[in-house]
Amino acid sequence: MWLDAGPLDSIPRRGARVLRTTQADIALFRTADDAVYALLDRCPHRGGPLSQGLVHGRCVTCPLHDWVIDLATGEASEPDEGETATFEVRVHAGRVLVRAIDAAAFDGRGR
Amino acid sequence: MRPRRARRRLVLVGNGMAGVRAIEELLELAPNLYDITVYGAEPHGNYNRILLSPVLAREKTFDDIMLNRAEWYAERGITLRAGAEVVCIDRAGRRVSTADGSGAPYDRLLLATGSTPILLPIPGSELDGVVTYRDIRDVERMAAAAAPGRRAVVIGGGLLGLEAAHGLQKRGMDVTVVHLCETLMERQLDAPAGDLLRRSLEERGLNFRMAARAAAILPGPGSRAGRVAAVRLEGGEELAADLVVMAVGIRPNVALARACGLPCDRGVLVDDTMQTFDPAIYAVGECVQHRGACYGLVAPLFEQAKVVANHLAELGIARYSGSAVSTKLKVTGVDVFSAGDFIADADSEELTFRDAGRGVYKKLVVKDDRIRGAVLYGDTVDGAWYFKLMRDATPIADFRENLLFGQAHVGDSGTAGADAVTSLPDSAEICGCNGVCKGEIVRAITAKKLFTLDEVRKHTKASSSCGSCTGLVEQLLANTLGGDYSVPPAKKPMCACTVHTHEEVRQAITEYGLKTISAVMRFLEWKMPDGCHKCRPALNFYLLCAWPGEYEDDRHSRLINERAHANIQRDGTYSVVPRIWGGVTSPHELRAIADIAEKYRVPTVKVTGGQRLDLLGVRKEDLPKIWRDLNAAGFVSGHAYGKALRTVKTCVGKEWCRFGTQDSTALGIRLERAAWGSWHPHKVKLAVSGCPRNCAEATIKDFGVVCVESGYELHVGGNGGMKVRATDFLCKVETEEQVLEHCGAFLQLYREEGRYLERTAAWIERVGLSHVKQRVVDDAASRSALHGRFLEAQRHAQVDPWAERASGKDVNEFVPLEPARAAEPA
Repeated sequence: MWLDAGPLDSIPRRGARVLRTTQADIALFRTADDAVYALLDRCPHRGGPLSQGLVHGRCVTCPLHDWVIDLATGEASEPDEGETATFEVRVHAGRVLVRAIDAAAFDGRGR
Repeated sequence: MRPRRARRRLVLVGNGMAGVRAIEELLELAPNLYDITVYGAEPHGNYNRILLSPVLAREKTFDDIMLNRAEWYAERGITLRAGAEVVCIDRAGRRVSTADGSGAPYDRLLLATGSTPILLPIPGSELDGVVTYRDIRDVERMAAAAAPGRRAVVIGGGLLGLEAAHGLQKRGMDVTVVHLCETLMERQLDAPAGDLLRRSLEERGLNFRMAARAAAILPGPGSRAGRVAAVRLEGGEELAADLVVMAVGIRPNVALARACGLPCDRGVLVDDTMQTFDPAIYAVGECVQHRGACYGLVAPLFEQAKVVANHLAELGIARYSGSAVSTKLKVTGVDVFSAGDFIADADSEELTFRDAGRGVYKKLVVKDDRIRGAVLYGDTVDGAWYFKLMRDATPIADFRENLLFGQAHVGDSGTAGADAVTSLPDSAEICGCNGVCKGEIVRAITAKKLFTLDEVRKHTKASSSCGSCTGLVEQLLANTLGGDYSVPPAKKPMCACTVHTHEEVRQAITEYGLKTISAVMRFLEWKMPDGCHKCRPALNFYLLCAWPGEYEDDRHSRLINERAHANIQRDGTYSVVPRIWGGVTSPHELRAIADIAEKYRVPTVKVTGGQRLDLLGVRKEDLPKIWRDLNAAGFVSGHAYGKALRTVKTCVGKEWCRFGTQDSTALGIRLERAAWGSWHPHKVKLAVSGCPRNCAEATIKDFGVVCVESGYELHVGGNGGMKVRATDFLCKVETEEQVLEHCGAFLQLYREEGRYLERTAAWIERVGLSHVKQRVVDDAASRSALHGRFLEAQRHAQVDPWAERASGKDVNEFVPLEPARAAEPA
């Protein structure tokens, strides 16, 4: 199922917005060069809201303890280990579309 | 990425620490620029030569000290010719060749041929059983000859000789050291320290012949005719020996460079870009001579490697300007440290401390109010600190009387880091932010072959958050790598995104009129186009400080607390602190806060350490609403979330207190009204106490006022941080107006000079109290100019961020997106 999160401009460059779904909060990021990524809004470390982090390059730094998460893969960068769930995302006709999946699917991967 | 054919060819001659480090740095900067070929005379990958002594002493194995194995070269597409010695460089044809006639063409050549051990030209030096001490083969030969009860003679009582002697003794040998001078390690130690060292080594069972010269090495009789049997000293004494180690020094290996016509003196001559006379040929490491100096320690070699990599990567901006070096002896249980010019001349003074009973000796050589050299014996915990003061040329007048007693006795901000890390157990937590303990860091340094602070940060996370443990981590690096490791160069880049220091960046911003973050990054050739979470907030502040009223704040370069104007808490909710001027409130205000707290179901209301009220547990979406209500009740933001002026703590002063001398409450309110809204390198707290009883604790604040009958005592640079630092006394003034002017000038000086995330305490320890006094107290024109710039900045800064957001600014920061179902994308 694809969700329409609104126009691309609703997400600031080098910033993020939270997409509230019934299953979980999804963090939508927009990089300086307008690439859009969607991650479960939970840092694999202690569940920090990644959407509140600082976006740089293709990474976001978690606001709680500075873990650096790769937006494309959801993986923490060295020396930290762990990954957060990613969601498929497209920009189609100027709108940001996110593919939502079952709640069960991101329970395990979000740790 | 360049197509493979267009790649240039880089040949490295010398597979040692300096050359390979240069390649590593180059691959970081420009991974695809060159096809790289490495020639190494030794038949293996690259190993950590500094740690040969621990291998000899059986504290480590050869495997432990490998830095890069053959696979490392293969994975990076580097051709490794291990065991192939380059014998000729054809500079006209740009080609190197080896003894067997093979070779490789180059566009750029990097020489890192290291040095060769000096072999004394005395009879018998060719005998079997005579070894030098330079590479792993020497260690293997020594290890093979060593057996309990056998005798070794080490010629040379310098650093290497003593390490060899120690290693052989640990392998059970009976060792005698023959040294030409009266003093051991005379290039690093003065006579008293050298004597203490010799006595301590004698107590451990080593034998010494001081001021003695080896005249000949004698072979054994009969079947042992080709083998060493004894060393004859001048004067006739013979020392029986099954093994002789010559450790009398090293000499830059310039044979290859000289043979192809490159100008050489003691070493290959290079300029500040590490270029030789031939522009296609660079040289680094022990083989080079730069501004008259040759280096044999790892830290300067790594600095050189960084510079040469920068030029090979065609960036062309790095310069090498020489290094200050320090030395430690890698003999377990013997603490010796030395740095700089440790023998005083006519213009310098010596400060010494001697405690024969404890076996402690310290000497500092001081000239023009700066440390020029240091020798420490027995107690070396402050070595890194003295070295830092020396490298940074820090004026010492402010703490000279306590200097010899060490850093612990001169006050410490807690951000500079203490040096007493040696005595901590492995379980001691070094980095409180990331929960990294000492053992973890030490293990990572040895197991993962880490040399620099950045590498430790990357691999362990220690020192990578607030940075207050940086000093401790540097000390651990120095202690763990031991020996000739010295702390990284004084020039520390802001972060991994750039080669420039905070000061260089700020200077470029003002000098070249750079007015946006992207302009700074472009102009200074940032490595990461977008920066990182460390440099972006710093740049944002530097621009804001440099161009008040002109620079437009970049909210995406602020960390969440400042972006959301509230403190993020562990569960993702926020806390809100309204400003309560000087800590004085009223029933009306308290009622308003209580009503608002109930309306938004605030779970906790807490009085903060700064006499304000903290509303904890607010949902982010509710922030603009709660701010609007607080604004309506007359409150503005307390900036409790910011690298900014936070609170001005006060006592009740003479209005109520029977001891109060001045109206401290009113003065606190005046100060807060003047300074609120100002952004700083770190958080800033003020306090005003009405009498010397100091109930407002003004002497642990960034700027504290203690009222007395005759006026106001001003104190600066205190904090209650990780390590409490009491303030330094700045001056005494007579009127409230003077307090305000001094406060503004002091804060502006800190804003202009403090490095981002450096609190006033650490800043003052870095620049010296004298400097601050000079600019803020002694020089009235300077004070007035600083205060003027502060007032000008405040004209633009005193805008309540809550009111702005409550009226709709940055609305997309606070409102989540509500999804709608969408059709399948095409």
